[in-house]
Amino acid sequence: MGIFLFAEQVLNGLQLGTMLFLMASGLTLVFGIMNLVNLAHGSFYMMGAYFAATLFKLTGSLVLAAAGAFVGVLVLGMALEIAILHSFYRRDHLDQVLATFGMILFFNELVRMVWGPQAYFLALPEALNGSVELIPGAPYPIYRLIIIVAGLTVALGLYLLISRSRIGMLIRAGASNRTMIEALGVNIRVLFTVVFGLGAALAGLAGTMAGPLLAVQVGMGDSVLITTLVVIVIGGIGSVRGAFLASLLVGLSDTFGRMLLPASLAEMTIYILMAVILYRRPQGLFPAHG
Amino acid sequence: MAKSISPRAVLGLLLALALLALPPVALSLGEPFYIGLASRMLVFALAAMSLDLILGYGGLVCFGHAAFLGVGAYVVGILGHHAAEQTLLFGILPGTTSGWVTWPLAMLCAGFMAFLIGLVSVRTQGLYFIMITLAFAQMAYFFFVTLKGYGGDDGLSLGQRSTFSDLVSLRDKSTFYYVTLTMAVLVGGGLIKVTRSRFGMVLRGIKENERRMLHIGIPTFRYKVAAFTLAGAVAGLAGALLANQANFVSPAMMHWTRSGELIVMVILGGMGSLLGPAAGAVVFLTLEEVLSAYTEHWQIILGPLLILVVYFARQGLYGMLPRRRADR
Repeated sequence: MGIFLFAEQVLNGLQLGTMLFLMASGLTLVFGIMNLVNLAHGSFYMMGAYFAATLFKLTGSLVLAAAGAFVGVLVLGMALEIAILHSFYRRDHLDQVLATFGMILFFNELVRMVWGPQAYFLALPEALNGSVELIPGAPYPIYRLIIIVAGLTVALGLYLLISRSRIGMLIRAGASNRTMIEALGVNIRVLFTVVFGLGAALAGLAGTMAGPLLAVQVGMGDSVLITTLVVIVIGGIGSVRGAFLASLLVGLSDTFGRMLLPASLAEMTIYILMAVILYRRPQGLFPAHG
Repeated sequence: MAKSISPRAVLGLLLALALLALPPVALSLGEPFYIGLASRMLVFALAAMSLDLILGYGGLVCFGHAAFLGVGAYVVGILGHHAAEQTLLFGILPGTTSGWVTWPLAMLCAGFMAFLIGLVSVRTQGLYFIMITLAFAQMAYFFFVTLKGYGGDDGLSLGQRSTFSDLVSLRDKSTFYYVTLTMAVLVGGGLIKVTRSRFGMVLRGIKENERRMLHIGIPTFRYKVAAFTLAGAVAGLAGALLANQANFVSPAMMHWTRSGELIVMVILGGMGSLLGPAAGAVVFLTLEEVLSAYTEHWQIILGPLLILVVYFARQGLYGMLPRRRADR
């Protein structure tokens, strides 16, 4: 394998990894803090992509579309949390899996009714469509680089938010002892709603960014949801740091698996990776709680 | 639907009569379609019962049960394919359509796969277990998707249904229904026996408090793997029946949403009761049938309905009949 091809594949792996991290961070935060398994997280990804595609058609501006989709999914996530999901925080995981499974069915069908079964394709504006030569002689698409930078920025932002800010302190405190922090006079309900909405919005952002790379279609959230679940399980459910490293690990191994292995094995790479890791460490790489 | 052992003799007798009378009644009404639908319900009742053994009794939330169903179906499909093409499997084994061979083999293959998956996955707990079983099911799904020699994504048509020497011909809808009914009653009854045996008690104990079971000297790991294997084998049989019912096998049978639907059937019927999940399967397929006749977008109703069931009717249908079945 040439050094150029290798570098390109590493970048592709990073791009997939950062995208997965946008999904995984929200899912793992919601699990770690509210103890909620949310299968409908993939639906937020799908809704983000559809919101962005529609707004892009209306306004012609990618920035406006992305911002609108982010806010749209934020509101949708918070509304769902307030209306339904908050009453499932104290239920067991099986109930949560089933209820959010019901939401997936609902959202997939809703999208099919509103936008129709055919796939949308988003065209990139000229400015983002080119490529740059990071290493002389090896051009790489600008758009994919933007995704990597955006993903890393979000990762850094989350790190600062959680471990350096006051809100982050409350979130961490709420995760380790909910009753105590309520007794100290913090409105944990509102905090949870905000965290849930933020996680949903990040999933929506991932969907928005995936739009120009993949087809925007019904059920697009399902496959990415399963990959995301693999990520957070490998990383240790509830650990944002684990999710970050596992995202990159899964992104890279999936990319290289597809390049090096025969087709039948390539699709299975990440699942084999997960099975091996769980066999060695049943709690994932970075167990969040003890 | 193992109503034969129900203590509610009258109710059981009525149910038995209804089940036996279904094909002739459907035929006389000129609605043979319902015989096929009823066979499908019985198959899923069997699959739901096998899942209930590990989910309801063992507390193992398996989110990949459809994989065992699919493997069982593919055993019938692949051997039938080689029989039709007159080719050899792996270059040595001739194909066959004989159910004497394929049905037990379907159970064996699915059971062996469940054994291997169980060895790895029952070491994990809670959500990790849910996810690892899902991951294994995805592996099986993609394995069959990429198996181009057997149709890949498009699946494989069965040239003919399984044969049982000259004893019965499954080509006839009613005969197939009665064979499925017999299987469901025998195996379902067997599962009920298992849950009432010492093995079943240990399984329940593990669900309640695994550490305690471990400390009174019970090798819980082995029990869990054994239960997982048994459930996989029964699901494999259901898969073999399903392949025959549909005359078709495809990876879609083991799609993760199918595993989700199986869990829904168990919860809908009331987990940990075996008969409940069997009824849950019937209700689920009826809902699917009724709603999809009403609107093509039936899932938009099913989704919220599911949330309501989980929210309000935690005990499932079985839990709604406490007094009638209280003497169990």
